[in-house]
Amino acid sequence: MASKEVVASGVDASGGIWGGGVRPFGVPSKKLGMWLFVISDALTFSVVIFAYGYLRLAAADWPRPFLFVPSIVNASVMTFVLMTSSVTMVYAVRSAQLGLRKASVWWLCATVLCGVIFDVLHLREWAGLIKEGVRPLQNPWGTPMFGSAFFSLTGLHMLHVTIGIIYLLAVAAMFGSSKATADDVEVSGLYWHFVDLVWMFIFPLVYLLSAHR
Amino acid sequence: MSDGVTPVVHHAHAPTSFIRRYVFSLDHKVIGQQYYMLALFSVFIGMLLSWLVRIHLVWAKFPIPLISHLSPNGAPGGVITPEYYLSLLTLHGTLMVFFVLTTAPQSGFGNYILPIQIGAEDMAFPTLNMLSFWTTFVALVVLVSTFFVKDGPPISGWTAYPPLSAIGGDAGPGLSLGQDLWAISIALFCIGSLMGALNFIVTTLDMRCRGMLLSRMPLSTWGWLITAVLALLSFAVLFAACILLILDRNAGTSFFIPGGLIVSEKIQPHSGGSPLLWQHLFWFFGHPEVYIAIVPGWGIISQILPVFARKPILGYKVILGCLGSIAGLSFMVWGHHMFVSGMSPYSGFLFSVPTLIITLPATIMTLLWLGTVWGGKLRLTTSMLFALAFISVFVTGGLGGMFLAQPSLDIYLHATYFVVGHFHMVMGVAAIFAMLAGTYFWYPKMFGRMLNETLGKIHFWITFVGVYAIFMPMHFLGLAGNVRRYSEFTDDFLQPLIPVHKFITVCALAVGATQFIFLFNVFWSMLKGEKAPDNPWDATSLEWSIPSPPPFDNFDGKHPVVYRGPNEYGTPSGEKDFEMQATPPAEIQRRTI
Repeated sequence: MASKEVVASGVDASGGIWGGGVRPFGVPSKKLGMWLFVISDALTFSVVIFAYGYLRLAAADWPRPFLFVPSIVNASVMTFVLMTSSVTMVYAVRSAQLGLRKASVWWLCATVLCGVIFDVLHLREWAGLIKEGVRPLQNPWGTPMFGSAFFSLTGLHMLHVTIGIIYLLAVAAMFGSSKATADDVEVSGLYWHFVDLVWMFIFPLVYLLSAHR
Repeated sequence: MSDGVTPVVHHAHAPTSFIRRYVFSLDHKVIGQQYYMLALFSVFIGMLLSWLVRIHLVWAKFPIPLISHLSPNGAPGGVITPEYYLSLLTLHGTLMVFFVLTTAPQSGFGNYILPIQIGAEDMAFPTLNMLSFWTTFVALVVLVSTFFVKDGPPISGWTAYPPLSAIGGDAGPGLSLGQDLWAISIALFCIGSLMGALNFIVTTLDMRCRGMLLSRMPLSTWGWLITAVLALLSFAVLFAACILLILDRNAGTSFFIPGGLIVSEKIQPHSGGSPLLWQHLFWFFGHPEVYIAIVPGWGIISQILPVFARKPILGYKVILGCLGSIAGLSFMVWGHHMFVSGMSPYSGFLFSVPTLIITLPATIMTLLWLGTVWGGKLRLTTSMLFALAFISVFVTGGLGGMFLAQPSLDIYLHATYFVVGHFHMVMGVAAIFAMLAGTYFWYPKMFGRMLNETLGKIHFWITFVGVYAIFMPMHFLGLAGNVRRYSEFTDDFLQPLIPVHKFITVCALAVGATQFIFLFNVFWSMLKGEKAPDNPWDATSLEWSIPSPPPFDNFDGKHPVVYRGPNEYGTPSGEKDFEMQATPPAEIQRRTI
């Protein structure tokens, strides 16, 4: 029912001050927007991961082709690089908040570098698999769906990393020339950490579960 | 917080160039009108398609003029082929569900009204808002373009079930390029809706004016907020499903196509996938989608009923609880669309129970609306008539849902006209009635002139009686075993039902024709309608405290202050029986002394 008490000057009934114009949950709009994007994008990834699991469980002969050397080692190095990039991202955000503009830009560049290394290692691995005969609907080892699921899932993630690289470069350039704020750096950090987090699901589900026995 | 300061008061001026002001506008009001017009265009195209569908069902050999130009193969000499019937059905469904039911109540009214109702100057991200509209626009263009490609629109229905939708041209007309365009269109639509949903949530939480507590937000704003949450979570899923479908069709993957499939005497070069996977993903989106169409309607109705009943809404917080619980439950019931797809009886039970539980909050809400109207001083404007009729069709349609929620009944009814009647009643007609109620209610604010009430009432009565005449018989056809999706009823056991179908078709033509009265009213009133006062309905929420139509920056550079909830009706102080949300207490004291 409508509150009958007449409240003057925007002080709410519980005594808290709600002045309007203030962000009610202490979250700037851009940051809230990025959180919502992350939630939504997480669902998009969930679908592809779900599809992978659904098909894998339904298949009688899902291949487990990844030898410890080089595949698992390569994927572990990629994981390490991506985790490192999360650390450098944390430094970039912290430096930005402390007003250390130059340091923040350098940390952002280090993060971008890690992203590029990740992409290069990943593409090299793709090229190797394609050379061995893996296609979206064909591979030398077992159910043809292996290629479909592998390329779709890791491809979607690689696309996110690549977009992240461009995004971080743009933020670095804008923050360096004072066109972006420390908040913008933090928001880009949210995106980057999310992309890293998705990899933490892909690494065990795609690589470790498919390690050669 | 870093930006926890009150924004500087300033006058914003509308851009002067035509393109920036009316085409690529950043103003939420223009974007809201653009969305509304996009939906209006789509609804009339969708309705004309339904005419063609209905005519073909009962007079299959009747040559329809002009349509042979649209598709020489699909309708040689104007006579629609069974395949082209399915193409028309697909486009009817897709246009109506996505570009009307998802677009008008949420993106149309929401964009225009929500920022004003919470006292904001604009949406939180105006550029994103513009992008979301133009993405939706491109999606519509891509969808309509399927009419003009070689085979015409796909024949796979608006649900696009694989393998039919996934294997390409071998499976039938429209399934090569037409189906590709369909998938691209829907993927684009998802992106547009996701951007819109994100913007709505941030705007509602972050942009409220001084004094606008969450508990003082009008229920229409709550409806749009909850719908935005549903859209954010469900369109992300459909988007991924569409991407997988596009990959299956064009990149050689096989997510949805099982092995050993022989279509048109050819073995399909796919294996390993599952058509059920698409159904799970599609309906995980599809059921929340039902609520994306109807929750804004519930909000709009909860906002309109008190205005014309001159009583506060009964149980503001209970209605909120109902909206929230239905939104939550909507993610747990997708399997009830798949009872006949092959499902363990235990899973069927698991999906059936929460579906039936949804009837509880829905019933509570309905009773609260009736309680709001009960004993009120009713003002039977066209808007109010549509709001009351909404309750009627919502109950009628909802009762059908209780049958379909039970696997044992659904197995018989699922492939029949019972389902057609049910979802048209509750998702189609009820949602459209909420939109029409909203149109008659907010038109004065949106276009600065009143709609003609006489035309409105003619429109209302024919439509209201007509939709019952169309969709009630469908329930009985379904009980009699009349299968849906058939293009003709030549089977022996269907022959006796043809007179009922003829009756439905005649009613559909009449109700459809009546909608042109509405269309005429909308455009004629824009030019010749009576000038609208600021607050023609004696309503309380913020949009009625500013001129009609509102100035470019809504509140003329000032920041409104809200002192109370939106439901202060029947509280006489002086000559008025209502208090606006923005009226300062001092002014009320002055008036009452």
